[in-house]
Amino acid sequence: MTRALALCALVAALVAGTATAAPSPADLESELVCPVCGTTLDQSDASIALKMKRYIRQRLAAGASEQQIKAELVDQFGPGVLAEPPKSGFDLLAWLVPLGVLVAGAVGVGLVAWGWSRRRGEEADDEPVALDPELERRVDAELQRFES
Amino acid sequence: MTGKVQRVGQVIAIAGVAALLGLLIWKVAFDNEQGAADKLAKGELVHAPPFSLDRLDREGTLTLAALRGKPLVVNFWASWCGPCKDEAPVLQQTYERYRKQGLVVVGVDVKDFREDARRFMRRYGITYPVVYDGKGSTIGRWGIQGYPETFFVDRTGKLVGERIAGAVDIERNRETFERGIALALGDQS
Repeated sequence: MTRALALCALVAALVAGTATAAPSPADLESELVCPVCGTTLDQSDASIALKMKRYIRQRLAAGASEQQIKAELVDQFGPGVLAEPPKSGFDLLAWLVPLGVLVAGAVGVGLVAWGWSRRRGEEADDEPVALDPELERRVDAELQRFES
Repeated sequence: MTGKVQRVGQVIAIAGVAALLGLLIWKVAFDNEQGAADKLAKGELVHAPPFSLDRLDREGTLTLAALRGKPLVVNFWASWCGPCKDEAPVLQQTYERYRKQGLVVVGVDVKDFREDARRFMRRYGITYPVVYDGKGSTIGRWGIQGYPETFFVDRTGKLVGERIAGAVDIERNRETFERGIALALGDQS
């Protein structure tokens, strides 16, 4: 029982620790873009990218949160420094439009496929295959010969 | 019902293709705006693209329109740019030398930290007006391709002379620089 409680406490501590873990410079560097070269900071050695990396480390050391640092860099360089557009306001469209197009495309393909399969089924029901009379006569003759 | 579904599918497909075609036509027809630098290089008459930006040398904003009537040397720079350090003293000397004739050197600090830019200005003793364009809003309209770049604007707001790409240098482009200043001042000789 004591062991089980200790295990629960350990798991809870680990979960809490994960939830409140401070972001690492590497996390932020992969989510921010060098304004001059257009690649993420972790991929860039441009002078301004190096300055931005230093700024991130200094702000993290000063206790700033990930959101604070991003907001400060957006204030300096504009929203273009964010590798991903924000999931709010007008920028939300950047996430929703591709998703909408994907869903609409899937629905469209599904409808067309459904329409085709129905039409083929109806064609199969409506038009029974008629044998050529000559072929029918030959099949009958063969059957008679086989049975006799 | 089946025919109806098929027609709806066809309409959606045609609408999609038409929309993509429309985007392509719009891109080709309207989205080919050249920067002022390209037009200037072709010998076209170009007015300096307007801007309204926060000042770094003092409080407030500076608009290009407010400087109409004055000859200008517009210099795009950043504190992290090596050649910008080399040319900073030349630009400051130019400002001091031609100030009485009305010439204004305007620095546009692009894609930079404000504090780094202010430190740079203090270090090189820059006293001419400097505006901050961290987001790079001027880059496209002016046709900036690197840092530093320098333009000359006459009293009517027209770009004159040649754009100097790279540091203003006594040996390499001093003649172009002096000629740009002379044209901005209205001296045709």
